[in-house]
Order: sequence, then structure tokens, then C-alpha cells
Amino acid sequence: MNALAAAAVKSGVLLFLLLTACAYMTLLERRLLAKFQIRYGPNRVGPFGLLQPLADGIKLIFKEDFAPARVDLVVYWLAPAISMVTALFVYAVIPFGPQLYLANVDVGILIVLAASSVGVYGVILGGWSSNNKYSLLGSLRSSAQLISYELALSFAVISVVLTAGSLSLVEIVNAQARVWFVVLQPVAFVSFLIAAVAETNRAPFDLPEAEQELIAGYQTEYGGFKFAMFYIGEYVAIVTMSALVTTLFWGGWHGPFLPGVVWFALKMFAFIFFFVWIRATLPRVRHDQLMAFGWKVLVPLGLLNVVITAIIVVLLQ
Amino acid sequence: MEFVVFVVAAAGALAGGVGVIASRTPVRSALSLLLVLGNLAVMYLLLSAQFIAALQVIVYAGAIVVLFLFVIMLLHMRTGEGRVEKLRWQRPVSYVLSGVFLSALLWAIWTGTGTQVATSPAGFGTVESVGRSLFTTFLLPFEIASVVLLVGIIAAVVVGRPVVPPSARAHLPPPE
Repeated sequence: MNALAAAAVKSGVLLFLLLTACAYMTLLERRLLAKFQIRYGPNRVGPFGLLQPLADGIKLIFKEDFAPARVDLVVYWLAPAISMVTALFVYAVIPFGPQLYLANVDVGILIVLAASSVGVYGVILGGWSSNNKYSLLGSLRSSAQLISYELALSFAVISVVLTAGSLSLVEIVNAQARVWFVVLQPVAFVSFLIAAVAETNRAPFDLPEAEQELIAGYQTEYGGFKFAMFYIGEYVAIVTMSALVTTLFWGGWHGPFLPGVVWFALKMFAFIFFFVWIRATLPRVRHDQLMAFGWKVLVPLGLLNVVITAIIVVLLQ
Repeated sequence: MEFVVFVVAAAGALAGGVGVIASRTPVRSALSLLLVLGNLAVMYLLLSAQFIAALQVIVYAGAIVVLFLFVIMLLHMRTGEGRVEKLRWQRPVSYVLSGVFLSALLWAIWTGTGTQVATSPAGFGTVESVGRSLFTTFLLPFEIASVVLLVGIIAAVVVGRPVVPPSARAHLPPPE
């Protein structure tokens, strides 16, 4: 029973940290985008706009709870909840430091993939249940994109797993004590990064919400707290992908002088910055370009990389 | 503790199963199926088969039901009321088959109680043990399964291709 209580407390603390991080992620993104576009960004609420996420959160909670006509109410409510819960669930297995993780499961990376594949439901159901053609189009696009790039993501992960010889995220980090996998698996790293941007629906792959064509895609008909849940899901997913890149390719908590957690946080922050950076830099691609690139470039490249990795691993044994 | 989890998961699976056949809209049916599959994954976890549990979620929940939903959404059956039933014989056949399946299950439970339950060896259900047996003891069935899957994929591509008579091919614009 004690172990259960300890796990509950740990999960609670982790959830609190994550949600705070995700709230400040929105502020960070808005401030950074403003800097990239040479304007100020939100700087009125609190010093440097630090209370802005709080104000946004309170505003979203107190908004009118609105549902469009003739929606499937259960599904309409379920969709944002699925998005948020699956995004948060991943953190159960991500190691932040040498001893700092909730669970060291021997199929850790599979759990991450499973949670992200269930997360697709949030998008599909949200678009379908809204009873709106733009939502439906957005969710169809989005789910096609998510399914396609999940494959590329998985191939990159398989290469890493082959190199590390384990599915446990803790073991994968331990295997990088000497050489980080970004050196051993550069192809997997690049394709993982591209697939990660596509998986989180971020620019330049933000077709699901392409506002000029689809208003806002699958979340068009959502407002108030339900909208906030979608957004929390999206921003947590960005943090997740940054944490995963750090864990799988950049040695996790390994690094000289500083304690492991600090190194992990620093690397993760670098990738979060990268996500914002490319959003401010690159224009959106077309849907056919996106699909062609995914299926004709990333997937074959990933497969080839897996085969070569497997051969080298066998030869080295 | 284990018992509590089992009861919750079993109740969830049963509720999902009822939901699959009782829901009015196909989307709700698919969601109920998702509930069943998720609870089955919990059962696998209880049986200390964590690898199978993770695969269950990835393959069934993450891929197959997504495809179901995709098809439902593309067909745009919002009301989901079945059109005219074309395969009328399906209904009686399904009753008979489910009856047979139920009696087989009951028979298995009836004869199975009281016999010794095999104890799982150390490391049971881990990726290592599953992989080892797949690639040593069950190598041939495993490879045959992969070929069967490949045949299925190629067949799907061939069936899904639009039919173009050979004479019209010359006039088509070159594929992108």
C-alpha cells in the first residue's frame, strides 16, 4: 500500500510540474515568436508577462461551456480528454535523471509509442463529433498525417533500440554513457526529428489546422476548457518529443559537471526552442508534399537504416 | 489488489462488448471496441505479459480501430442507421456461430477447472523471452505469418487500384 501511495504522490508532483511547464511553454512560444518577428509579445500581465498563462487559464475555465448543434456529446467531450490524458501518460516511463523516473518498464519505449498511437483518437473523434465539415476535413488530414509519420518515428526508434539492445528507456540512456546515439544513428535522429514535428502537428507540418483553408481544423468547434485540453495535449506533446529526442539520441541525463536532471532539462529546453524556431522560420508544406515525403523518403530511409543497423549489430557481436 | 484490477478490467471489457453490439452509431461501436481492447491489454498485464499488452494497444487500439473509424468517417454514416441489409443470411448464421463459440468456451472452462495450472517460467512475457521463442522454436510459423501478411498487403493494393483498361493507359497523364 505504501508503494502505491508513493507512486500516487510522485505522479501528482510530476503532473503539477508538467502542467506548469506546459502553461509556460505557451508563454515561451509567444515571446519567442514575437522576438523572431521583431515585436514585443505578451508583456503586460506580471513582470515580463510571467502571469500571462495564469490569466489565460482562468479565462478559458470561466468561458461559456458551448457545444454546437447536433453533436455527439459524449464523443465531443471524450476527444479533448483523450488528447490530454494520452499526452500526459507518456511521462510515467521517461527517465529525468539517474534515479528520477516513475517507472522503469522493460517495454518503456513501446508504451510511449502506444500512448501516442492512442492519442490519434483525440484528433479523429474531435473532428468527427463537431458536426462541421472543416473539422472533419482537418481531422482526416491530421489522422492520415499522424499514421504516416508514426511509421517513420517507429523506424527511428527501432534503430535506437537495436543499437542499445533494450526497450527500456533507462537502459537506452545507460547505453549512451560513452557515445551518444546521435553520433551512431544520425539518420535515425534526423528522421525522428522530422517525424516528431509532424506528429505534434507543428509548423511546417501544421496542415490539420491550416487556418487559411480549414479555419482551425479539428478544434474549430471547441472553446473554453475543452479547447484548453486540446492545447495542453499539443504542448505536452512538444515537451514529450523534446524529452524523447533527449533520451533516445542525446544521452538523456549524461553530461559533465552538472547533475543529471539539469542536463536533461537543458537538452530538453534546447529542443523545445528548436520547435519554436522552425515554426517561426519555415512556411507550411502542401498536403501531397507531406504525404509523398513521408511515404517515399522517410519510410524507405528508416527501413534501410534499420536493416543496416541490424547487420552492423550482428557483425559486432 | 490484483483481484480488484481484474474485476474493474473485466467489467470494462464486458461493458465495451455490450456497447459494440448495442450502439446505434457505428462510431460508438468502434469506441466500445476500443474499450474492450484496452481492457484486454490490462488483462495481459495481469498475466505478466507486458510485451503483449503494449503490442495489443499499439496494433489493435492504435492501428486497427483507427482504420475502422477512418472507414466510418469516409462513408459519412452520421446517423449510422443500417441501410437495406443485403446479406440477409448473415444474421441467423451469426447467432449460430456465437452459440457454438459460447458452448466451446463453457466446455473449455468446465473441463479446465481442477486441472493443474502451468506455472510461468522466470522472465515470462518479457521481450527477451517472447523474441527468443519467436526466432527459435516458432521461426517457421513466424516467417509464414509474415509472408501471409505481405500477400494481404499486396492484394489490398491491387484491389484498391482503379481499374484502367490497357487501351486507355496510353492517354493517361504520367503518374506524379
